Amino acid sequence: MQHTAIADQIEEDLHDPHSFVTRYIWSQDHKVIAIQYSITAVFVGLVALVLSGLMRLQLGFPDTFDFIDPSAYLQFVTMHGMIMVIYLLTALLLGGFGNYLIPLMVGARDMVFPYLNMLSFWTYLLSVIVLLASFFVPGGPTGAGWTLYPPQAILQGTPGYDWGIILMLASLAIFIVAFTMGGLNYVTTVLQARTHGLTLMRMPLTIWGIFTATVLGLLAFPALLVSAIMMMLDKVIGTSFFMPALVSLGESLDYTGGSPILFQHLFWFFGHPEVYIVALPAFGMVSDVIATHARKNIFGYRMMVWAIVAIGGLSFVVWAHHMYVSGMHPAFGFFFATTTLIIAVPTALKVYNWVLTLWRGNIHLTVPMLFAIGFIFTFTHGGLTGLFLGNVTIDLPLSDTYFVVAHFHMVMGVSPIMVLFAAIYHWFPLVSGKQLHVGLGKAHFWFTFLGTYAIYLPMHYLGFLGVPRRYFAMGGTDFIPESAQALNASITLAALIVGLSQLIFIYNVIRTLRKGEPAGHNPWGATSLEWQTPDVPPRHGNWGPELPVVHRWAYDFSVPGAERDFIPQNEPEGKGAEG
Amino acid sequence: MKIVIALVLLVLGSLAFHWWSPWWFTPLASNWGTIDTTIDITLYITGFVFVAVNLFLALAVFRYRHSANRRADYEPENASLEKWLTGITTVGIVAMLAPGLAVWADFVKVPEDADIVEVFGEQWQWSYRYPGADGQLGEVDARFMSVDNPLGMSPNDPAGADDILIRGEDLRLPLDRSVKVLLRSRDVLHNFAVPQFRVKMDMVPGTVSYVWFTPTRTGRFDVMCMELCGIAHYAMRGNVIVEEQEDFERWLAEQRTWAEIQGDARGDPVAGKAQYTVCAACHGGSGQGNQDMHAPQLAGMPAWYLQRQLEHYQQGVRGAHEADTFGQQMAPMAAILGSREAVRDVSAWLSSLPPTQPAGTVSGDPGRGKAHYNSCGACHGNRAQGNEALQAPGLAGLQDWYIRQQLENFRKGIRGGHSDDRYGQQMVLMARSLQNEQSINDLLSYLNTL
Repeated sequence: MQHTAIADQIEEDLHDPHSFVTRYIWSQDHKVIAIQYSITAVFVGLVALVLSGLMRLQLGFPDTFDFIDPSAYLQFVTMHGMIMVIYLLTALLLGGFGNYLIPLMVGARDMVFPYLNMLSFWTYLLSVIVLLASFFVPGGPTGAGWTLYPPQAILQGTPGYDWGIILMLASLAIFIVAFTMGGLNYVTTVLQARTHGLTLMRMPLTIWGIFTATVLGLLAFPALLVSAIMMMLDKVIGTSFFMPALVSLGESLDYTGGSPILFQHLFWFFGHPEVYIVALPAFGMVSDVIATHARKNIFGYRMMVWAIVAIGGLSFVVWAHHMYVSGMHPAFGFFFATTTLIIAVPTALKVYNWVLTLWRGNIHLTVPMLFAIGFIFTFTHGGLTGLFLGNVTIDLPLSDTYFVVAHFHMVMGVSPIMVLFAAIYHWFPLVSGKQLHVGLGKAHFWFTFLGTYAIYLPMHYLGFLGVPRRYFAMGGTDFIPESAQALNASITLAALIVGLSQLIFIYNVIRTLRKGEPAGHNPWGATSLEWQTPDVPPRHGNWGPELPVVHRWAYDFSVPGAERDFIPQNEPEGKGAEG
Repeated sequence: MKIVIALVLLVLGSLAFHWWSPWWFTPLASNWGTIDTTIDITLYITGFVFVAVNLFLALAVFRYRHSANRRADYEPENASLEKWLTGITTVGIVAMLAPGLAVWADFVKVPEDADIVEVFGEQWQWSYRYPGADGQLGEVDARFMSVDNPLGMSPNDPAGADDILIRGEDLRLPLDRSVKVLLRSRDVLHNFAVPQFRVKMDMVPGTVSYVWFTPTRTGRFDVMCMELCGIAHYAMRGNVIVEEQEDFERWLAEQRTWAEIQGDARGDPVAGKAQYTVCAACHGGSGQGNQDMHAPQLAGMPAWYLQRQLEHYQQGVRGAHEADTFGQQMAPMAAILGSREAVRDVSAWLSSLPPTQPAGTVSGDPGRGKAHYNSCGACHGNRAQGNEALQAPGLAGLQDWYIRQQLENFRKGIRGGHSDDRYGQQMVLMARSLQNEQSINDLLSYLNTL
């Protein structure tokens, strides 16, 4: 059968919604689905934020809060981590931003499979409901740590070892189904539904990041799915995939012959690419924010694309750097330390290129740009501390201490969140047609940027001291000075301030939606297609009667001789350039 | 502009924090100075990059901030600059990786003359095993694990008979001798970590992992579990004592072998009954206790628990704290018993007596108490029946006023503050999760319902 690009196919009926229910609830419009995804993810993320506050209260002020006992503490830690990584970051970056931006930035009317896209969201919502239900079952949610390591995850002695872990595994499996439905859609749309003229090497880096991350997700999540199913079988029907012969709290169990380390390999075969499933969309989006607000083309576009692809590929051969001290054969350390440090090269180049994009730019210090600059700082910091942990030898003293917690929060918590905020402030005018309040936005930035650094810079030093993570209380030791408690208390205060300052953002969003200034068409002077729709916000079908035609890459800013300092991608050659 | 100042201040502030804050690695006590050197190399390289990139970022934002009468440059690529940056980055990476891998090669290869010691982890305590005179550790298997054989020593392997088993006490190592520590677990993942030695490794049920080091400084160091192992993970602690070779050998010679431990006679209740007369003045003729004398009921308590407490009283591990009024009364009484056999016999006698259900003296909310008991139940049992495998006594049937007294003592470190009181130290950490009188009342009223 001869292949016809989707942009050339005769348009089908777009299932125009006719009622409130089909428009806003059972919607097949990628933009509505994106907002549904985003609101759900932000809601569940706020739950996880509150959990982190509770956890910090215990660490900062031990022996103070009666309702936080060792079980509850571990449950807070576990649910905070899992929600933030999977149900907030993955869902918001791909389900939210991926959904909204892919069809618009590639010049398509919608995702290729709109019905599947709708199913993806409702399945995701189901996974969130199952997850949150575990707070209300006997024993509460699992407290096995977000890594869910067996044997302890399914044995007595760990909080939520019964219903909690079962619901967690079920929720993950459902989430992965949802992700797969969404992910196939994103990949197919990028590959098949690009409009005329939009070659791969003309795509904005946002799309490159989201596309590559989705491919990683489609390859990595199955490893988590099978490990969740296998652990579920170990728990429910007593198989021994991950369970060796053991004696639990004095009682001999019937398990025999399984391998706990096998689970870790499967988990991290998913878990490490997961870092990049979060990071790559963030890399892409921040590149576009920086280029647009610095009025300059992204520096080294081709290098940036290849760096994304290289990082994505390498991310599948570094997983066991999470397992240097897991008891696997130590000779693996040579291989994984080498691959891990190699991945630093393309990552460092990305940082250089962001800074070099700013160099000789014309930098507008808008709220999105402030968050983007904040991201460069926090990501540089987090990336560099990764060179400690990735270098197998240095991991020996630092593994399982607060250095690890500080590192991954800088690189995987703070940095993607800085980009998410940059992206929200950047694209909010497109999504809502209104401009967020600048003063409130700047206040939000300063609290978030300085506050998170006040949390995590000192936390690295707790790690140098050797303070172990996942401890309910430190008690007395011979190697941790009393003053470490002062450090912990100050970290908690900073965390509470950062947490509360997010209310500024929520207030800004609500205020803007109710009475914000209209943003107008393309307020930032951006070049990429999503800003060139006939209507703001874009209507169902995005493009009016004709699809846009692309004539150039997405970074024609400040082209010499051009009339304006940007040329949209769909502007024909010879029109803007000669000015 | 504010962002430029902020970036510069954050860079300078980070450097100042690094140099002037008092928080850094605890002093080294092993041969792994090379690890510290690798960290220093990495710190200097990454520190330089951190300062350079962020100051350049600040400079770029400062110089090229928006101006209406200027346009940005149009420079899509600069191949030679990109090549240079790639090259320099690669050099930096190699400079960090090469020493890292060299040190790792040392870590993987254990010196041939290293001594062997086994560390055994279980929820939430440490045990240790030395190979004994034959220099060989006996076979072990999870199938053989029981209360009397916690490490699962195989009855079929004669090499195990002279193995020396240390349980509930400190690990001891001789100074300046390389040691290969074999790591095993009986239930879930644990991690053997001593921050002063720098190295750590997970302990995995069903397999044996290892770590090696040479202690280079005498002293007593904390052993911490650093892999999440359940509710009391944070209370899974031990100590390692590094001492001169001759002190170590003297100590080792005093320890009992597996064969000797197996040969231990059981306590004789009849002999114990005679020993008990002196105790009866306070604890009552049938061990029922007497609140006026602050003497708890002893009838029906497990013999292993009574024995350990009596020995602790004798050794000054319990009842030596100046604020422990009643403990101080008890210590000389325990000393009267004298020998190990007498302690064993009297414990056997008491555990054979039928307990009486005491009357409750507190009023609290058993429902809330049940929630508090959640964490306690992991060791003490769902019905507070106790669990010998975890060395946790039953709590059901104890007088509530006695439990209250002990919880308060634990919270204040009056009991469990002694460094040899392994299980007491755990209880100090656990009891501190009860913050107030009401919580304790609720907990006790729940225990009274069991």
